[in-house]
Amino acid sequence: MNEPLHIRTMADFAAAGEVPDVLFWVGCAGSFDDRARKISKAFVRILNAAKVKFAVLGQEESCTGDPARRAGNEFLFQMQALNNVTVLNGYGVRRIVTACPHCFNTLKNEYPALGGTYEVMHHTQFINTLLKEGRIKVEGGNFKGKRITFHDPCYLGRGNGEYEAPREVLLKLDAALVEMKRSRANGLCCGAGGGQMFKEAEPGTREVNVERSEEALGTAPNVIAAGCPFCNTMLTDGVKHFNKEGEVQVKDVAELIAEAGDL
Amino acid sequence: MIAQLLFTALLLAGAVLFARNILRVRRNILLGRDVTINDHPGERWALMARVALGQSKMVVRPVAGILHIIVYAGFVIINIEVLEILIDGVFGTHRVLSFLGGFYDFLIGSFEWLALGVWVACAIFLVRRNLIKLKRFVMKELDGWPRTDANLILVTEIALMTAFLLMNGADQLLASRGAEHYIVAGAFPISGLLTPLLDGLSNTSLILVERICWWFHIIGILAFLNYLVVSKHLHILLAFPNVWYSTLRPKTELVNMPRVTGEVRSMLDPSVQPPTVTAHTVAGVEMTERFGAKDVFDLSWKQLMDAYSCTECGRCTSVCPASITGKLLSPRKIMMDTRDRLEEVGKVIDAKSKWEDDGKSLHKRITEEELWACTTCNACTEACPVNIDPVGIITDMRRYLVMEESRTRPALTSMFTNVENNGAPWAFGPDQRMKWTEQ
Repeated sequence: MNEPLHIRTMADFAAAGEVPDVLFWVGCAGSFDDRARKISKAFVRILNAAKVKFAVLGQEESCTGDPARRAGNEFLFQMQALNNVTVLNGYGVRRIVTACPHCFNTLKNEYPALGGTYEVMHHTQFINTLLKEGRIKVEGGNFKGKRITFHDPCYLGRGNGEYEAPREVLLKLDAALVEMKRSRANGLCCGAGGGQMFKEAEPGTREVNVERSEEALGTAPNVIAAGCPFCNTMLTDGVKHFNKEGEVQVKDVAELIAEAGDL
Repeated sequence: MIAQLLFTALLLAGAVLFARNILRVRRNILLGRDVTINDHPGERWALMARVALGQSKMVVRPVAGILHIIVYAGFVIINIEVLEILIDGVFGTHRVLSFLGGFYDFLIGSFEWLALGVWVACAIFLVRRNLIKLKRFVMKELDGWPRTDANLILVTEIALMTAFLLMNGADQLLASRGAEHYIVAGAFPISGLLTPLLDGLSNTSLILVERICWWFHIIGILAFLNYLVVSKHLHILLAFPNVWYSTLRPKTELVNMPRVTGEVRSMLDPSVQPPTVTAHTVAGVEMTERFGAKDVFDLSWKQLMDAYSCTECGRCTSVCPASITGKLLSPRKIMMDTRDRLEEVGKVIDAKSKWEDDGKSLHKRITEEELWACTTCNACTEACPVNIDPVGIITDMRRYLVMEESRTRPALTSMFTNVENNGAPWAFGPDQRMKWTEQ
């Protein structure tokens, strides 16, 4: 677990005259948020175990602009987007994988209008492919027989129609996958989207993440699985709200696979 | 003969009034920004067939969905009967289509079953709204006219179906008594059951009942047709085009603003000319393009069509995370406010034959607190049975607040500053981007 991560940047590849197979877009949460950094590391361990030739942008990566755009600041979004597109196109990037559904949505759907067209995958889709191709193997491990409920990130599920990849990956854990009443297309938001992550909630009777965490806890899970760093934060806080952090873990799909496979 | 003339006059008046009303709605919708939506026609027709015609999103909630399909099927199919009523009315004939024989019996029999179905479904709808008081039907944005509107529609449909069945009941009894003019035709599985109720009446009284119901039914339908356009009930027409023109793109993809792209490109590269600001003429007034939406003119015509297509069912609001947790936001109210503002603007144009600024805007109805409560999760667009998009309006209104008025929530201002200075929404610079790779 503690061996150094093997990570090269696009600049490293370019200097060596090589081209990676895929760019891992780490995202701001994955780079800076303490909790989300663990997800980035888990995903890198999976990539390394599968011997994927990947690169990151490192210091050349910058916010996709998603939170600015959702919060109405189109100028800032486009400044970010146009700069990122210049960097990505400069390196001739074709394939991108990211562990953040918001980066995923923006890179995949919104950059083409600004001159950046790439094949973009969410990390659960990428891991699912690696598992199907037999490039990594996972056999239950710590999570065999455990109850896991998956919280659909809005920007992956409703936004982009991907409900199955994360579930197919989770089924590899030999765990009991239990569904919340509001799941898939009817999934309830964690409360972080649309810029909410960066502000106080507007006045109301309850926090959205508390509402959602209550529902997740209602399935009596051992693990609440997430596929988004922001959902992860919101659900972790929600589980703490109910003083259940001792019994119920909130984990990203990548972390579960990395732990189960002892990668 | 007098009856025929009166009927024809009523029919023409109803049709002319309806055409005028529809053209007014069309004019109002076209006050919106121009956008071109005509890509993938095959996919669009299929979507319309599935969602509007096939009611695929209605049955996600089976009880309301199936009851609604009964009312919808009844409405569409019983209109074949209306065709006969129209011909009979204009030419003074009676049951002109009865030459169809056995098939006619089948038609009339089916209409009766449907009429009963509609009657029962509307009664259940009234119970859900007024006795069970389902949450989405008692929220405060429905206070006043919207609640009356909904109940009026249901009561009217029940009255129309009652008249239809009573008319048939009297008609078949008269025919069985061999009354002049009343021919034996049709099958009456439901209205036949009314015979004991009507049997005590003389032929003269029965004819009176039959005629009153006949006139009530047709006048009711003409009146209802014109009521549509001042009511939420317009969805029965607009559902179809509204679904056809709805987006085929991923739900969370926001539409690009090319003018901003032009501005940003010229900022990044001084040799690039900034885009020219275009103006378009709306209702006789020249309007300059804004960033985002201040008023209905800044929304696209499709967004305005969305507003007129909303029948205030509240499925959007019932799944909205903000609304569920007691925030002020209700996606349904966003659509109602947009429509009400558009109607308000339309009335100014009607009165002055061109638009004159009334000092109001969409932001007078939709508050910042509502706009900033949205998580852009798209639960509302997923739930809407006719593919209305409240998130697009919310985002466009946020764009106006931020880019034209510099109004936002303080924490969002910090986020903007961070993204601008550090390339991240938090106060971490690019030099710290790779820190996560170290233990």
